[in-house]
Amino acid sequence: MVAALTRRFGDLDIAEEAAAEAFATAVERWPADGVPPNPGAWLTMTANRKAIDRLRRESKRDEKEQEALIRYAPEPPEPTGAIDDERLRLVFTCCHPALAPETRVALTLRMVGGLTVPEIARAFLVRESTMEQRITRAKGKIKAARIPYRVPAAEDLEARVSGVLAVLFLVFNEGYLATGSGAEPVRRDLTAEAIRLTRLVRSLLPADGEVAGLLALMLLTEARRAARVSATGELVALPEQDRGAWDPALIAEGHGLVRERLAAGVAPGPYQILAAINAVHTSARDVRDTDWSQVVALYDQLVRLDPSPVVALNRAVAVAELDGPEVALAAVDRLAERHSYHAARADLLRRLGRSRDSRAAYDRAIALTANPAEAAYLTRRRDQLG
Amino acid sequence: MQYLVSVIDDGTGRDDPEEQAAIDVFNERLKAGGNWVFAGGLGVPGTATTVDNRAGAGLITDGPFVETKEYLIGFWIIEAPDLDVALRLAGEGSRACNRKTEVRPFL
Repeated sequence: MVAALTRRFGDLDIAEEAAAEAFATAVERWPADGVPPNPGAWLTMTANRKAIDRLRRESKRDEKEQEALIRYAPEPPEPTGAIDDERLRLVFTCCHPALAPETRVALTLRMVGGLTVPEIARAFLVRESTMEQRITRAKGKIKAARIPYRVPAAEDLEARVSGVLAVLFLVFNEGYLATGSGAEPVRRDLTAEAIRLTRLVRSLLPADGEVAGLLALMLLTEARRAARVSATGELVALPEQDRGAWDPALIAEGHGLVRERLAAGVAPGPYQILAAINAVHTSARDVRDTDWSQVVALYDQLVRLDPSPVVALNRAVAVAELDGPEVALAAVDRLAERHSYHAARADLLRRLGRSRDSRAAYDRAIALTANPAEAAYLTRRRDQLG
Repeated sequence: MQYLVSVIDDGTGRDDPEEQAAIDVFNERLKAGGNWVFAGGLGVPGTATTVDNRAGAGLITDGPFVETKEYLIGFWIIEAPDLDVALRLAGEGSRACNRKTEVRPFL
């Protein structure tokens, strides 16, 4: 509804407030007057009226009101396909590269996922007022700089899609590992919304390997949802999960997408590799049947594309199953022995005034760096300690 | 809708005839596409004079109001239907003049 109102009135704030007011009116009136025969149409109609009322109140926006009335009056009820298109447009607006990356995720969760500001603030571990400001500022920029509300032109599409995928993956993860006390451990609404939107993007770009890869990754993860939390609300790790409770239809669809990408014969991106890893896991009827050499080989491929510590750590977990815990432990220890880790620690300890600890961390970082310029820099910082 | 495309210099620009020719080509494209409003190049910050006549203070100072490593060296004012078009044109301009650009909407 917010998406449709945004298109009609060209303003995220007005759309959001009108939708909220319509729901509030419904809560007030339906218990007394009874639920109208078509609740959805009633809400849309009411929200449209609220939006026009608000535009009328704001006399400075005469032009916008005219435009909205013109656009509002002749429009017939929209079929579902049109609503999907509106959501897709809204996603591209919220994920625009002119907005800061963390703002894109927050705005998508707010405008497309329908999360409240406190929920988003919790997910980002920032104060509510900070998140409120960030979202307000983003909406202000969208309006003032006229960030368009549409699917980008063909020449921009590919570059823009990778930004959208990053946001959709984060929305999915927020649903899969919901943050905040009192939250459901898995937020089905968010995982479902992320999957739905990724399907929409795929219908737009059926030949894009990473779109297919992300969809497969989400499906193969979602397939295990029921087995992932125990009856007492505790997380169940992959090896202990009841594989009979996995969703065979989602797994079949995910495997189909992974096979499609393998057949394409194009070097895969990170989402496709992660999907392939999940395909290996979901192919094993028992955890003992897992093809760990395949999993490690895929992680090796992923480390080459993304040499981050998180990927290396996940690789080490797989190595434990293939080569034993001793080899894996050595790999994990090597991660903690990066000079950047000690250099960052040394700097934080210095700022906390813990000079002695900071000196030790600088010593460790200096011993581990292979770069003479960096060693010189770290030595100077160490010697400046009081 | 109009946007200001500021050209930001960091002292490493080339300023040769080839660069000027690329800018001329881009300007012609702006005009042909109906995006041209105005453009201009500026002297380096050392040529600036700051004037502060708030409350009739009548202060005239040699130099820019703030010394920075990066500074405005020129600008385009363009007409574009939305930010996507403005960003694409600013990208072409940036390549032509071999400098960073910043895009801001006029209110």
